Amino acid sequence: MIRYAALRLVLAVPTLLGMLTVIFVLVRLVPGDAAMVILGEQANEAALQALRSKLGLDQPLYVQYLDFLGGVLTGDFGRSLASGRPVLDEVRFVLPYTIELTAAALGLGVIFGLLLGVLAAVRRNQAADYLGRIFSLVGLSFPAFVSGILLLLVFAVELGWFPVLGGGGEGPAAGLRNLALPALNLGLIMTAYIMRVTRSSMLAVLGEDYIRTARAKGVRARQVIMRHGLRNALIPIITVVGLYFGTLIGNSVLTEIVFNRPGLGKLILGALNTRDYALLQGLMIVFAICIIVVNTLTDLAYGFVDPRVKYK
Amino acid sequence: MAAVSTAVARPSGLWLAFRRNRLSWVGLVLLAAIVLIAALAPLIAPYDPIEQHIAYRLEPPSAEFLLGTDTYGRDVLSRLIHGARISLIVAFAAVAIAMVVGTFIGVVSGYVGGMFDQVMMGVLDVKLAFPTLLLGLMIAAILGASLENLIIAIAVTEIAPFARIARAPTIALKQRDFIEAGRALGFGPLRIMGVHILPNMIADVVVMGSLWMATAIRTEASLSFIGLGVKPPTPTWGGMIREGFENILTAWWLAVFPSLAILLTVLALNLLGDALRDAIDPKLRAE
Repeated sequence: MIRYAALRLVLAVPTLLGMLTVIFVLVRLVPGDAAMVILGEQANEAALQALRSKLGLDQPLYVQYLDFLGGVLTGDFGRSLASGRPVLDEVRFVLPYTIELTAAALGLGVIFGLLLGVLAAVRRNQAADYLGRIFSLVGLSFPAFVSGILLLLVFAVELGWFPVLGGGGEGPAAGLRNLALPALNLGLIMTAYIMRVTRSSMLAVLGEDYIRTARAKGVRARQVIMRHGLRNALIPIITVVGLYFGTLIGNSVLTEIVFNRPGLGKLILGALNTRDYALLQGLMIVFAICIIVVNTLTDLAYGFVDPRVKYK
Repeated sequence: MAAVSTAVARPSGLWLAFRRNRLSWVGLVLLAAIVLIAALAPLIAPYDPIEQHIAYRLEPPSAEFLLGTDTYGRDVLSRLIHGARISLIVAFAAVAIAMVVGTFIGVVSGYVGGMFDQVMMGVLDVKLAFPTLLLGLMIAAILGASLENLIIAIAVTEIAPFARIARAPTIALKQRDFIEAGRALGFGPLRIMGVHILPNMIADVVVMGSLWMATAIRTEASLSFIGLGVKPPTPTWGGMIREGFENILTAWWLAVFPSLAILLTVLALNLLGDALRDAIDPKLRAE
């Protein structure tokens, strides 16, 4: 297991390097002089020069690239142009909110997605299956901000069950009330994804000979489904959860904007509005690292669920 | 000759899927209606989508303004009808570009093989790792908001899956006898790839296209909602929701109707794409 884990970690390095390179190139594609974009057309030459040398823009490109990589390695993701604070400080302040939201959504998605997916597979072509499939198709069709706005309108504005636009007071109870709708919004979409793959994966597994053998031996139905069925159906499900983590992050950005929640999404929106490319670049690095970590954890989970994977 | 027979076998499979899957008809009819509305927008929209009627600001839905008016007194229904054009044009153009570029990369990479293939796939893996929305957001933010840049941004996010889809069958096909025969006859690699390999995967690629068009519509709407879409006053669904969201407490109709329009369009494409995918997946067809 340790060798397998170490190999996965080593394999993550080139992907991370690739993602960092893409980010570096993209930010350098800003049309025109980056210093002028930041300071505006009217800025005088001395101020432009000062900013260029401060940002290292007067250095050759490969020096900028190496500086950039060196910075990321030593935990220096640059400084926000708007606030002047290090990007990591800005991120550290709001990251707990985003983690809280995505973890709650992932939890909801895994619990309800597995439950509904198994139910749909076991009751194939019955009412529960059809309802579940329609739900997952609709869930997959919602852009996150659209479902968020509809939830906000119905449950916060019309019914008044939840605070509107994050104005919910202090304390853990209020925090939970503030979290409920955004987490539900992201959780519903995650449920749709997980339900869909659980259903198809379970259908494939339930047709296997060892399931028939288990049934023939007289193993109880619940145990056949959970132990013999679901356990073997988990690999594609884990793959999908890992793959959709990127979508989850993208959706959390939209959800935070709709529900006016602090988090990485609001930070991105602010960076876009103030054309703070340094902050944008730093945030993309943070996202890239999160995704690499999750992908690696997904790979490790394979080895945990299916011991055969480790020996390949 | 195998190329011809497999290519011809597909349409009957498609037809079977449509006959068996009634929901796919819902998707097809819905999509046709949306395309028709977009095409005939100037003829069927009751008002000018940009003209402001300050006397009629924020009117709720009524007989005169079926879906109400916005903060500038513009007719929501007319803006919705015209907005369909932008959504469809952006999604279609982006997917078409991604399809052509991605398929080209996939076929060439699979055909050439070796180190070149390894490096290309490594690059695509890196791109696949980026969340669609964040990559699109970053490209759109850097290029600046415009129709062309929006199309480019969305196209870039969708190249990798098409390359993947095109590469796998290329690798399988290039070992087949009819390809070998073509090479023995002295056909160049471009002719073999274009005439003998490409037609065998075109169905798979097009099906992927309908599913990725659903994603493109969602990405366009999301970027417009964030403020990186086509500039106002041009009506776009995401942009309408962005403006309507500011008045969410007093004028629900501003955000709700464009939301439903996006949902219906994406749903239609997903229904259609699902049916098409079932049709070309031999495992499912055999059931």
